Amino acid sequence: MIARLAVALLAGVLFGLGLSLSGMVDPARVLGFLNLAGRWDPSLAFVLGGALLVAVPGVMVQRRLARPVLDEQFHLPQARAVDARLVFGAALFGIGWGLAGFCPGPALAALSLGLAPVVLFVAAMAVGMVAHDRLVAPAIARRIENHQAR
Amino acid sequence: MMPWMQALAGGMLLGLSAMVLLIGNGRIAGISGIFGRMLDGSQVAANAAFLLGLLAGPPVFAALAGHPPAVVVQAGWPAVLAAGLLVGVGTRMGGGCTSGHGILGLARFSKRSMVATGVFMATGFATATLMGVLR
Repeated sequence: MIARLAVALLAGVLFGLGLSLSGMVDPARVLGFLNLAGRWDPSLAFVLGGALLVAVPGVMVQRRLARPVLDEQFHLPQARAVDARLVFGAALFGIGWGLAGFCPGPALAALSLGLAPVVLFVAAMAVGMVAHDRLVAPAIARRIENHQAR
Repeated sequence: MMPWMQALAGGMLLGLSAMVLLIGNGRIAGISGIFGRMLDGSQVAANAAFLLGLLAGPPVFAALAGHPPAVVVQAGWPAVLAAGLLVGVGTRMGGGCTSGHGILGLARFSKRSMVATGVFMATGFATATLMGVLR
């Protein structure tokens, strides 16, 4: 258990360092990529490229392993269907991302710098997540059930 | 280092982080999932450890680089508030964000993640460009 927590902590530090070094912790840099009408900043494409340069061979190694080092099995997403929830959710996320330049990782990492707008963003994001999980998701599940019952 | 080299090296650190968590603990480094599950009360300890490390990232960078990373929030508070709510609802509904779908999902050649990444990139470009034109 301690080893697993240490690995999670290390992964978190590497993630926060990567966001800081790449400049992606700065929403102004993210908007510089997403805003095609301004002075375009291609950095985000290099960040995604660099991440995939490591993650693609990493996943090839992972697929040859029977289990992770510190657990009995891999915990991977099981969903396969491309459904309306996936597309609609991703669309809403993208609108929010383009509005302020923050996605969850950079916003949480930037919390440590103590800026008021970052705190506001993270608080609103937490409210949105809980509202989805407690209200929106159950409502969608009920509608699907009713639809199937008919 | 040139900005593009920093971006590439920083991106590689993100990939390394994801591989440490995947091959070490067997878990996907998707930040919206990690934060959302912690709020939900499942696997609190491991998720909290990751988030603690994530928070430590910028101060550790500052200690190594000699200056903190720049963070400039251009949006006003109503836009920040709306953005937070949309990102919160959208990432939970769509099952991931730029890390889970954008890095891990693409690396796993997941069809769901390819669709999600295409969609949030498209609406992200459209929204930021529109806001840029209106500003």
